[in-house]
Amino acid sequence: MSSAISVKKVFKYFGNFAALRSVDLEAPAGSVLALLGRNGAGKTTLLEILAGHSRPSSGEISIGEARSREELSRAIGFVGHGQRLYDDLTAEENLKFFAALYDVGDIDSKLEEWFSRTGLARFRRSRVGEFSRGMRQRLAIARAFLHDPDILLLDEPWTALDDRAIEFLSDLIEDAHAKQRTVVVCSHQLREALSIATEVAVLERGSLAYRGPNTDELKAKPESLYEHIS
Amino acid sequence: MTDFFRHAWTIAAKDLRTEIRNREVISAAASFALVVLLMFGFAFDPSSNFEVRSLTGGLLWIIYVFAGILILNRGFARETVNDCLGALTAAPISPASIFIGKAFANWVLLVAMELISLPLFGMFYDIRVYDRFGDLLIILALGSWALSIIGTIFGAVTANNRLRELMLPVLVFPMVLPALMACVELTGLALLNEPFGDSIAWLKLLVGFDIIFTLLGSVLLEPVLHQ
Repeated sequence: MSSAISVKKVFKYFGNFAALRSVDLEAPAGSVLALLGRNGAGKTTLLEILAGHSRPSSGEISIGEARSREELSRAIGFVGHGQRLYDDLTAEENLKFFAALYDVGDIDSKLEEWFSRTGLARFRRSRVGEFSRGMRQRLAIARAFLHDPDILLLDEPWTALDDRAIEFLSDLIEDAHAKQRTVVVCSHQLREALSIATEVAVLERGSLAYRGPNTDELKAKPESLYEHIS
Repeated sequence: MTDFFRHAWTIAAKDLRTEIRNREVISAAASFALVVLLMFGFAFDPSSNFEVRSLTGGLLWIIYVFAGILILNRGFARETVNDCLGALTAAPISPASIFIGKAFANWVLLVAMELISLPLFGMFYDIRVYDRFGDLLIILALGSWALSIIGTIFGAVTANNRLRELMLPVLVFPMVLPALMACVELTGLALLNEPFGDSIAWLKLLVGFDIIFTLLGSVLLEPVLHQ
């Protein structure tokens, strides 16, 4: 199976601090990779580099067939800590704005679909600044999926989501997996991440500590993952 | 090319919609302009003194530049909330369209602030601002574009800087000085209802400044945003 994401000998320094140390990682096309690790392990740093928001200090990154910045932008859907939504615009205006930037066709039916899927249809004309953290997260997820990207990079996507919203996100990821999209989910929540992942990678202090397929054993007993590392 | 202008307009329309909804910048800038107009009105007695009247072009642009900085400061600052700047730079659009969209929104707000304060300026200084209104409009449009493009470039440079409110004027004022000199000269002549004559060279300088820095800003924004 070809690699959708390839990371070779990547280092990232912030001053003298090495956030990533010689990371080698491949994600096969159509896989759901759970990128796990404790706080400060370097997960977000790696995801930001994969998304093209940050450059590695050294090493190589390749994302699918993308060669230009524009191709890379179109190929990637990203949900990060910042949520990337305008508080002063309504939910609908936010999605329309990003749809226009990504040249998404048939905007009206796409918006209907996403407001229905996220359960935010009643709030589509409310300002995002008035939304709860969970509602904003659902809207951020809709924004990331809106242009139907080949690769989804999700950084702690379960943050502030309630049970129903977690189920909604799991359905979305399974749906993306069924469509042969590649998903990288970055999290320190083992149970949620392992329930949907096909591949697992663990970062520890900036280095890749574990890489392998997800197994029924890991799904049943997520905490056993750290036994592999030690 | 169509995509370029459509993306630029999408960004400008988003900024203007936000401003129309909040009126956070235009009200602050217009209030500032009004207060300074009043202070200058008390400090000088322009209605009786031709020498003071000859300074009106300079006075007007001092007010516009300082009030304008309030507008320019918000241009990229509003993108830093919720990491929206990251979303803009990650979008598959030309960085030049981000620059033009942002600069256009700033320009509309600058011109709006200027048009709000211009009649008050005429009233306080006993100047018939509408005698050469066409000329004044051209000078305001070109001068505001100069201020807007320089402010947009440096607004991007200082967007993530904790001291951006202090940094922006320090960076913008020296850069925009040639354009401001042209604006002061031309506005003074228009307000005193005198012909441009040889001063038409200032108009050419202003147009040249706008063209050069629009092109330069379009090229420079990408490295600035990805710094």
